Amino acid sequence: MSETAERVKKIVVEHLGVEAEKVTEEASFIDDLGADSLDIVELVMAFEEEFGVEIPDDAAEKIATVKDAISYIESHKG
Amino acid sequence: MQGKRGLIMGLANDRSLAWGIAKALHEQGAEMAFSYQGEALERRVRPLAEQVGSDFLIECDVSTDAGVDAAFATLAARWPTIDFLVHAIGFSDKNELRGKYVDTSLDNFLLTMNISAYSLVAVTKRARPMMAAGGSILTLSYYGAEKVVPHYNVMGVAKAALETSVKYLAMDLGPENIRVNAISAGPIKTLAASGIGDFRYILKWNELNSPLRRNVTIEDVGGAGLYMLSDLASGVTGEIHHVDAGYNVIGMKAEDAPDIALA
Repeated sequence: MSETAERVKKIVVEHLGVEAEKVTEEASFIDDLGADSLDIVELVMAFEEEFGVEIPDDAAEKIATVKDAISYIESHKG
Repeated sequence: MQGKRGLIMGLANDRSLAWGIAKALHEQGAEMAFSYQGEALERRVRPLAEQVGSDFLIECDVSTDAGVDAAFATLAARWPTIDFLVHAIGFSDKNELRGKYVDTSLDNFLLTMNISAYSLVAVTKRARPMMAAGGSILTLSYYGAEKVVPHYNVMGVAKAALETSVKYLAMDLGPENIRVNAISAGPIKTLAASGIGDFRYILKWNELNSPLRRNVTIEDVGGAGLYMLSDLASGVTGEIHHVDAGYNVIGMKAEDAPDIALA
């Protein structure tokens, strides 16, 4: 697992209070991890802070799974 | 603030301006109750309330008189009197916080005005009889009430109504030694701000062009909030107090600030 993936999963586990095993790359934030729409906004803010990236609204709307978040961050971080 | 207690309305998470104020109040010994709307927010508010030693949570939908009445009945049942109230509530359809103000719909105009401006009047009316020994009421505004800020749109109009409500309420309640003030905070990345289009641009612009050359924090707002809610501000009412790194005094871009483009 990449370092980015590790850090993303850590944030997800802490924010959503879910077990680390559940946070697979395929896991959907809403369907599998019990996130609501406010959680998604908060997670995006946490990712932006942790990685120093900007995730605009239209990109954030496309982030449905853990893998989506990791991919976006890996391709946009400086 | 030892021996004083009050209600914080509109805390959402640990980035909220209301959280900056609650922390500052807690450090000075104030006791607080917290109102929230809906299960999603209760889940967020409860652990924060615990951090400042409170188990007093009250559900409150400010959009109807019945919702506000019910919340204040619950508050008064446990605390017959309060010393302060923080109103940190606003809402608009985020689809209208981008694009042009001229396209505002009637439904969203009325909804935004109700929740973001009238709700201060509604909660002040209910808090008033609970502040027999005087009190302090504080709301939160933004510079978009005074001048045009891109995308702030109908929320700017609602904040203008809110700020003017502060002045009229201050006059109405002044004889009872109840003070009503607002903090006009600079932009801060909160859950509420996430609904505003191109918010990062607004943040960057303020950071580069405000006299302090930085953005403000929820701790900056907390300090000013503590002052407004405490007896330190005993002679202050009807005031719109800018906590914005001085941005509101600026007439044009700083010479040394770079030109910036939308990301």
